[in-house]
Amino acid sequence: MHISPVLWQFLVRWLTNSALFPPEASAISPYMDAFYFFLILISVIGLAAVGILVFGFSMMYRKDRNPVATHIEGSTLLEATWTIIPLALFMVCFVWGALLYFRIYDPPTNAMNIYIVGKQWMWKAEHPGGQHEIDSLHIPINRPVQLTMISQDVFHSFSIPAFRIKREVIPGRYSTVWFEATATGTYHLFCTQYCGTDHSAMIGEIVAMTPDAYQAWAAGSTSGASLAQNGERLFASLGCNSCHSGEATARGPNLAQVYGSRLQLTDGSYVTVNDAFLRETILNPSTRVTAGYAPIMPTYQGQVSEEGLIDLVEYIKNLNSNYRVQQTLTASQLSPGQVGASSSGSSSPAMNNRTRETLGAGNGRPAKSGTAAPSVPGTVNQ
Amino acid sequence: MSTILNLPNQQDAQLPKLSYLNDGYGLKSWLLTGDHKRIAMLYLVSITFFFFIGASFAGVIRLELLTPQPDLVASDTYNKLFTMHGIVMIFLFLVPSVPATIGNFVLPIMVGAKDLAFPKINLLSWYLYVFAGIFILYALVSGGVDTGWTFTTPLSTHYLNTHVITAAVGVFIAGFSSIFTGLNFIVTVHRMRCPGMTWFRLPLFIWAHYATSILMVLGTPVLAITLVLVALERTVGIGVFDPTKGGDPLLFQHLFWFYSHPAVYIMILPGMAVISEVISTFSRKRVFGYTAVAFSSVAIAVFGFFVWAHHMFIMGVSNYSALVFSLLTMLVAVPSAIKIFNWSATLYKGSITFETPMLYAFGFMGLFTIGGLTGVFLGSMGMDIHLTETYFIVAHFHFVMVGGMLMAYLSGIHFWWPKMTGRMYPESMSKMSAVITFVGFILTFFPQFIVGYLGMPRRYHAYPPEFQVLNVLSTAGATVLGIGYLLPLLYMTWSLRYGKIAGSNPWQATGLEWQIQSPPLTENFIETPIMDHEAYDYEWLANKHEHEVTTVG
Amino acid sequence: MDSQAIATGHEESPEAHEHPPYLRHHFVTVEQQAETASFGMWLFLLTEIMFFGGLFMAYLLYRNWYYDAFVASSNTLGIGLGTTNTAVLILSSFTMAMGVYSAETRNRKGLLTSLSLTIMLGLVFLGIKTIEYHDKYTEHHIPGANFSVEDFVHPTDKRDVPLAPDMAQHAQLFFFLYFAMTGMHALHMIIGISILFILLVQAWHGAYTNGHTSTIDNFGLYWHFVDIVWIFLFPLLYLISRHPLK
Repeated sequence: MHISPVLWQFLVRWLTNSALFPPEASAISPYMDAFYFFLILISVIGLAAVGILVFGFSMMYRKDRNPVATHIEGSTLLEATWTIIPLALFMVCFVWGALLYFRIYDPPTNAMNIYIVGKQWMWKAEHPGGQHEIDSLHIPINRPVQLTMISQDVFHSFSIPAFRIKREVIPGRYSTVWFEATATGTYHLFCTQYCGTDHSAMIGEIVAMTPDAYQAWAAGSTSGASLAQNGERLFASLGCNSCHSGEATARGPNLAQVYGSRLQLTDGSYVTVNDAFLRETILNPSTRVTAGYAPIMPTYQGQVSEEGLIDLVEYIKNLNSNYRVQQTLTASQLSPGQVGASSSGSSSPAMNNRTRETLGAGNGRPAKSGTAAPSVPGTVNQ
Repeated sequence: MSTILNLPNQQDAQLPKLSYLNDGYGLKSWLLTGDHKRIAMLYLVSITFFFFIGASFAGVIRLELLTPQPDLVASDTYNKLFTMHGIVMIFLFLVPSVPATIGNFVLPIMVGAKDLAFPKINLLSWYLYVFAGIFILYALVSGGVDTGWTFTTPLSTHYLNTHVITAAVGVFIAGFSSIFTGLNFIVTVHRMRCPGMTWFRLPLFIWAHYATSILMVLGTPVLAITLVLVALERTVGIGVFDPTKGGDPLLFQHLFWFYSHPAVYIMILPGMAVISEVISTFSRKRVFGYTAVAFSSVAIAVFGFFVWAHHMFIMGVSNYSALVFSLLTMLVAVPSAIKIFNWSATLYKGSITFETPMLYAFGFMGLFTIGGLTGVFLGSMGMDIHLTETYFIVAHFHFVMVGGMLMAYLSGIHFWWPKMTGRMYPESMSKMSAVITFVGFILTFFPQFIVGYLGMPRRYHAYPPEFQVLNVLSTAGATVLGIGYLLPLLYMTWSLRYGKIAGSNPWQATGLEWQIQSPPLTENFIETPIMDHEAYDYEWLANKHEHEVTTVG
Repeated sequence: MDSQAIATGHEESPEAHEHPPYLRHHFVTVEQQAETASFGMWLFLLTEIMFFGGLFMAYLLYRNWYYDAFVASSNTLGIGLGTTNTAVLILSSFTMAMGVYSAETRNRKGLLTSLSLTIMLGLVFLGIKTIEYHDKYTEHHIPGANFSVEDFVHPTDKRDVPLAPDMAQHAQLFFFLYFAMTGMHALHMIIGISILFILLVQAWHGAYTNGHTSTIDNFGLYWHFVDIVWIFLFPLLYLISRHPLK
């Protein structure tokens, strides 16, 4: 889409401080505003047309001036005209609106992902690095940011007027929206779907920062463990590693590098493994059984919170090898001499201490073999 | 200003000795009546009652929104106020407004029949309406309901402990009242037309009501079953809409909006029906493009069934289905545009006067145009992302519903008042009222477009301080608007006793209802009419006046 | 299409009032009144279709999502009772049609017999339904109340495929739809049978065998509609991938 430089200047510089428009703080805002101007323009023209006709005719043909009315049945030509012209204008609106819509709801592949969990009556934001925020969201400017959102209870809607984006936050499934902030500052965050008593209080701040400021903030706000690291912990404590150990004879499919791949299910259909798929499989496994595997996975409905599910999804997203999975499996016994023995995968606090020792740079990537991880003889390296 | 008003000589004019109003006295003769005109009057009283209840909620809402802080009422109270405002105004006022009062009264007469096809069902409709009103009032006085008029799940099914089921039952019953009215209208128009009354000789009022009735009959049952499912889920707790139990909250949205979008056309088409009649009468000529207007009404009804998901663009429907719905939404906008242009063209070379119904009709033309065009804003998917769930939506639907439909309702009430009561309302008072309403309306709702684009969400009890100025403007307008609505209540009531005697055809209109006495006899016609001319035939009317002998009833 | 009202507009003089007593004053001829009533009933049935439609939509969605649970749940419904009920209803439609015929041929005894048979068959249907509902209760298949997934996770019948526990939970959705749809249908049956009693009493007094058959005609339409709804419900609820007998 192309906007003339003059219009762009006007939109960005003059409207940013206007009382009639929210600040234009994202890459899509000027496009939204340009479209808005077009819509206002055709509305003004339409209203003017109707107004002139109504006022004009009623003055020209008022009874004092025109005591006898002239019967006119109609005119097919006029009907066609005022059918086709509005239809054409509406079609332009349709196409423009569709382009804008696809642009807002189709994220670029290089977008950084932030998770949002909405609940009555607050927003929780979770950055992959483990930074957690309540009712606020810090983001860097000039970088595409994708929000993966879900509600813990009822419908909410995540709205940032300055960025001109909004998306419903639904219980039971992820919804996504993306934006690229272009101006630093603090902007309103609103919940726009009525959600109960404190709906009006479910507001917050979007803090757009320069990339350096964002880095500094991220470094200072982390709780120490990234989402993926939390996910790794959950993965083991919930017993996922016992079936999804990555061994050839494992009862569950290998999860390393499964994210983004194309998977065949038992009913023959193919799916692309994405966030929604992973979440659904954890909660309703029997509806999505990988081809070649039995439908024996238990459901974790009610046992994992939405935040827990996000942690697990992040973990699996970043899982490249099963090395650490098997480490956690076999590390349930403290003795290093046990060779591939325990396959029950019960949770073990000792394992947690161990994995914490071998933590990498906090991005959840399993440590490569040959680093500080003490190798346990006999474990399978993959 | 000249006028077409033609009243009998007030010195010796009298109301007719016998009319439907004095054909039987006593409460029973009214409460057990089968006469469509009496039923229309029963509706008029009850609808007016509920209108002012709904309006008072709006008053409190606007008072609260004077300040950014939530300082007038508690959050839960505020949520109940806007919910009840929506439920009462939509189901107890807008949906029945024109069809049940004006439609019930004039539709049989316009087609040349003695009554509707099913008079007892007509009475049942009214009782269902009253019953529904009682349920909703009970929900109100026993603590209120705060789901929003949209009953969104899972909020309404699992997260609220207010009187959701009571309110849902009330709406359910009101739905059946609506269905029976629509059923009655359709059958009447098909089966009860007098000799010579072909489809294309019907007034456009009938065409629009016919289209409305199709929407009522086909759409309302879906709302009914949806509310049943919500009630069942609340009581039994199954999870048909609950994702933790395998259900789909979006299923509710689809089912709900499948009715609720056609519902908005149920609400506006009768208003358009009135405008056709009024514009024709006060321009003294046939509506331009009769066939186009007639078919546009039906087109709106048909297309209206296929656009419901434009209320769900941001809710996670697939991009491609959103595309389809946006396209269809653009298509459904076209017939409304056609009608506006046809009405405007009717004024060309007419002989126009500016009595109160015409003033309201002009108000409708302007305000509905704005409201309808802002609908195009919202039907454009990308624009909807920013505008949906904000005050822009609130402004949009108030422009079409209040600026459009309510103005048309007032236009119709003033236009047919002499026919229904035999008396004229005071003209200068009513003109002033119309202007006050128009000004008040724009002041109330235009700022809401602006504050909506700024991002102020709807259903908000408190808001960021920078939105205050626009909200204050809006509340100021609401005060003016309130006066504009109170005045008709007062002067119309006054006119029942002191208004001028109207005679059978004060507006010198065509249309069968104007050829009989005011108020009409119970059986409407002394002789079954035979229709031998087209609708809006002012020449026929002129000929008739030359040759007729005026009798006093 | 339809014609305009059949009216001549001439016979308005009080002396020419030879129309039957059941002709309402706002109709001109008996034919007009009868056609109007019939049209009204067809239109009402159309609204009923839209009413049930919402439930069918929900069924469509969840059968698609949770097919395995639907198959297993459907197989627990008593096919014998269900088939019997279908036959009973179809038979009752036949007796109702015979009632319409009797009314039109002014056969009062025939009409009374037909109406009585229809009532009895209707009651048989409801009786069997009650037995079925009770069976669901004892089998712990009532959703929400006493639902147990045991029968689905560990089926006793060798032909049944055991379900995973999460899929077995979704069987509740099937049973919810089962009770909602058959319950709504049963409600319409109860209303129909109640009206039938009234019609029976009126028919005893000769109300419908004097030429005024439209009430019986139109009630017959309603009854046939209720039958047709069941004919859709039966395969959708009882016959999902049912394994053959034995």
